[in-house]
Amino acid sequence: MSLTDRSATDLVAALRNGEITSVACTESFLARIEATNPTVNAFLSVNGEGALAEAARIDADRAAGKPVGPLAGLPVAVKDVLCTTDQPTTCASKMLQGFRPPYDADVVRRLREADAVLVGKTNMDEFAMGGSNENSAYGLVRNPWDLDRAPGGSSGGSAAAIAADMAPLAIGSDTGGSIRQPAGLCGITGLKPTYGRVSRRGLVAFSSSLDQIGPMARSAADCSLLLQTIAGHDPGDSTSLSVAVPDYTAELDKPLTGLRIGRVAAHFGPGLDPEVAEHVEATFAAYEAAGATIHEVELPHAAHGVPTYYLIAPSEASSNLARYDGAHYGHRWDGSRPPDDGGMTDFDSPLVEMYCRSRAEGFGPEVKRRIMLGTYALSAGYYDAYYAKALRVRRLIRQDFLDAFERVDLIGGPVSATPAFKLGEKTDDPVAMYLVDLYTVGTNLAGIGGISFPCGFTAGGLPVGFQLQGPALSEPLLLRAAHQYQQATDWHLRRTAALPA
Amino acid sequence: MTAVNIPFTTVIGLEVHVQHQTRTKLFCGCVTTFGSPPNTQVCPTCLGLPGSLPVMNRRAFELALRAALALNCKIAAFTKWDRKNYFYPDLPKGYQISQFDLPFSYEGHLEVGDPKGAFEPCRVGIIRVHLEEDAGKSMHDEAAGTADSRIDLNRTGTPLCEIVTQPDIRSPQEARAWLNELKLLLVYLGVSDCNMQEGSLRVDANVNLHIPQDDGRIAKTPIVEIKNMNSFRSVERALAYEAERQWGEWQATGAELGSMPKQTRGWDDAAGITRGQRHKEESSDYRYFPEPDLVPVTVTDDQIAAIRASMGEPPAVLRKTLEQRWDISAYDADVLVNQGQELVSYFEELATLVGEGKAASNWMQQDVLRCLNERGGAIADFPVRPTAVADIIGRIKQGDFDTSRGREIFTTVIESGKDVADVVAGMGIAAVDDGDLKALCAELIAANPKIVADVQGGKEQAAGGLIGQAKKKNPNVNPGKVRAMVLELIRAMP
Amino acid sequence: MPADSGPEPTLTPGDVKKVALLGRLALSGAELKSLTAELSQIVGFVSQLAAVDTEAVEPLAHPLDAQNVFREDEPAASLPTSEALRSAPRQDGECFLVPAVLGDSGSA
Repeated sequence: MSLTDRSATDLVAALRNGEITSVACTESFLARIEATNPTVNAFLSVNGEGALAEAARIDADRAAGKPVGPLAGLPVAVKDVLCTTDQPTTCASKMLQGFRPPYDADVVRRLREADAVLVGKTNMDEFAMGGSNENSAYGLVRNPWDLDRAPGGSSGGSAAAIAADMAPLAIGSDTGGSIRQPAGLCGITGLKPTYGRVSRRGLVAFSSSLDQIGPMARSAADCSLLLQTIAGHDPGDSTSLSVAVPDYTAELDKPLTGLRIGRVAAHFGPGLDPEVAEHVEATFAAYEAAGATIHEVELPHAAHGVPTYYLIAPSEASSNLARYDGAHYGHRWDGSRPPDDGGMTDFDSPLVEMYCRSRAEGFGPEVKRRIMLGTYALSAGYYDAYYAKALRVRRLIRQDFLDAFERVDLIGGPVSATPAFKLGEKTDDPVAMYLVDLYTVGTNLAGIGGISFPCGFTAGGLPVGFQLQGPALSEPLLLRAAHQYQQATDWHLRRTAALPA
Repeated sequence: MTAVNIPFTTVIGLEVHVQHQTRTKLFCGCVTTFGSPPNTQVCPTCLGLPGSLPVMNRRAFELALRAALALNCKIAAFTKWDRKNYFYPDLPKGYQISQFDLPFSYEGHLEVGDPKGAFEPCRVGIIRVHLEEDAGKSMHDEAAGTADSRIDLNRTGTPLCEIVTQPDIRSPQEARAWLNELKLLLVYLGVSDCNMQEGSLRVDANVNLHIPQDDGRIAKTPIVEIKNMNSFRSVERALAYEAERQWGEWQATGAELGSMPKQTRGWDDAAGITRGQRHKEESSDYRYFPEPDLVPVTVTDDQIAAIRASMGEPPAVLRKTLEQRWDISAYDADVLVNQGQELVSYFEELATLVGEGKAASNWMQQDVLRCLNERGGAIADFPVRPTAVADIIGRIKQGDFDTSRGREIFTTVIESGKDVADVVAGMGIAAVDDGDLKALCAELIAANPKIVADVQGGKEQAAGGLIGQAKKKNPNVNPGKVRAMVLELIRAMP
Repeated sequence: MPADSGPEPTLTPGDVKKVALLGRLALSGAELKSLTAELSQIVGFVSQLAAVDTEAVEPLAHPLDAQNVFREDEPAASLPTSEALRSAPRQDGECFLVPAVLGDSGSA
């Protein structure tokens, strides 16, 4: 078994007991990246030299008997939406080409303190906006299971990196499903923690009231290892929860007897792919077999989740992305006017023209679309009808979850209505693309936790994901429920044949 | 101008921005020192770098509460922050964190009067006070003819209270007096140093005229917002200019409120005029929405009580207290209080030592303040402490020397740094004993039969002629005692 | 889900241009055309919320119930000026340089 085939949990143990060195481990993953990334394009930047130097330092520390961190020597990939001082942070945007932040994200700081080896920054939809990873200024990402298909998004690079064995652990971020949906489409495990569980400081903001960083890995056990490192209170993030971090691995092996899992009939509507439906139903059956009970619950406002999300997220984004104006950092227009000016020539001042052209050049189409939508929704005369209305519906959506969790411990269901779709299939229809978030946005709107993990494969060999959603701070239960399922199944252990072994 | 011949009422509302005296910025740990080299007090948060987040400065919020309580505002039990979105290079996030629909305080008032009665005391309503972050500075050297502006973000994120008044002010003079009172209050509370030169207090004014018509209707001129006033004197001048300008325009055009959008005019202090500024329709759509990176703040009655208890007496209350406690005039109390808390403390220490307020108040105003103004600096650094002044006043009272001699001693104490007893000894001042005084007076009476005759003829004030002579012979004699002794000796004459 | 209340909102190219200026985006003619259609479609889609009864529902701006998060007024290190200016498209060693602006937005 090659090192890159082994689980993160296993590698950490092997590093700890001296079976392998961090340098050997890091070299293996770097070699795998070198071989596979030209095809998959999961990484935007690879810090080979830096990673090997760090690996060597950790090996030396360990050899010298110095105390090392819990992830000591283990390679970790980080979505390029987190600030890193030693690697560019671009958010897959031309706007931030080559941008080097002067500070590390809190999560990156925690990873460094845990002695993880940061191997590189993963591709994503530009500024985390998208569900296919086709909105990257640096090229799309291919799904390792079928190179003609999308890996999902926006954490498509992180998902593909795990699925293609380019890293044992990866950091993703999830605003409306951006960890769980690509995890589902790439056959890996991804957790969106409760809002506030992981610090957002240094996470380049898309939608501040929805964004949350989370772990992506092959298994729930590996996710718990990574969550253990990145979770915790950060006084530098006002929205960070000041709640003690439990031991996420402690209860993984506890059986599921008596666990109440909710099933939402509306999830199984006409849009759901029959193969996906079949695997999801089989997963409920597997849980029953493991001692859980299944209960029908309703989330009456769930159908309004996507429009609610597509008002709140773009509105916040239009403000969060105002800072990219070419004044203090990032791309600035060079002064040459484009041939097609769209009739927009009255800029009031050279400054306003610089702003407008820098932003027009720096942002891709989906980012512009969302800035436009958010600017419109917040503008005078529309605020009440759109943004304020969406906030009211948001409360109803959250209340639905609170009510449901009075009756059940977790809610199960599909992550996506279909398996991975063809590249280019939805790029011309923004609303169709937005509907890929149907099952995932509720979690973010309610601020609760959700996990996605593989629960089967289609006849065509594409992974199918299962999602569990749980109340605030239910991460131990979400991880345990996923882990118990993975103890009884091997979907998460299957490797793609679309890439050379 | 007198009210009688002005055919209109000037209606003024003010919008005041006050920087808080915190060590650090509102949302990050950068210091707020004025005048540092550009971009030396900046960090990812106040630079608006990707991924940076704000965390509210507790002290800034407490100072804001203090200001609002002193302005008699209601404090909201629940308050939140909002983003005010606009693009400007001194605002690196592209939005200002401010307060929109739920400011932390509202509906207050601050009264101002004039102890000399130049205008009726007036109560100016406060619509709201809210806490927001300041923007940075743009510098453009037009003379150099460069195409670029230079942006310094040191000031970005400095805590700022915005105080918005009702249009309750009725004259430029009142506006200035009210601003003085506001400044005094905020300095008393330690909220702000209110230094206009350093930009820690900035004022915009809204003004229009209400003009009674023959048919009883009140015509209102369009409201103009005046900016760029960098002293209270400028505010007064700009408002006076603007009232005259609007009156002229009204007579020429008859344009009334509502016939045009609100105009912004900048005050040109050197030229003494306001000039129209370009208005941008589009820029006023600020797209406010709740700031998702901050959480709301709730304030309990206990917290309000604790802050109230720590505030001390605001100037208006302190004036009354001093008037009553020390039996001084409203005018005197006003002069003392307007000099600030430290001077009031000095005065109270002095009055306590002297045992009465009037003498202490006179010495404060005629001597301490005069010297302080001549020397410059703060009362805390004034070389003559209240004990020394009390010593001088005490010696005057017991007749050791007169007030003018006391002033000489006071001046010498300042100049020499010696204590009062040494100065008195050094100047050869010693109390004249009663025997010596009697001998001196007898000698003068003998030498001035004309004065004696006048006094005996009923003109007692003629005795004053002997006081000057007595002082020539012995500078230490007490004039009152000389006068009393002379009269006594003359009466005793056969 | 169809928008079943109120008229179908549609945006004109003029509306889109206005929003673009507000959001500081210089759109090309092609973008203006496609965005006019796409935004109309998206706005139509999100307008389905109009049908939800939210009469007695308070807006939920934030999923957290947290309140009163403060930091103490303690200074922390600032960045060296060179580091603050490092990513600036134009700077003179002290300040960021931008096309001419007059005055601060400060008291806006």
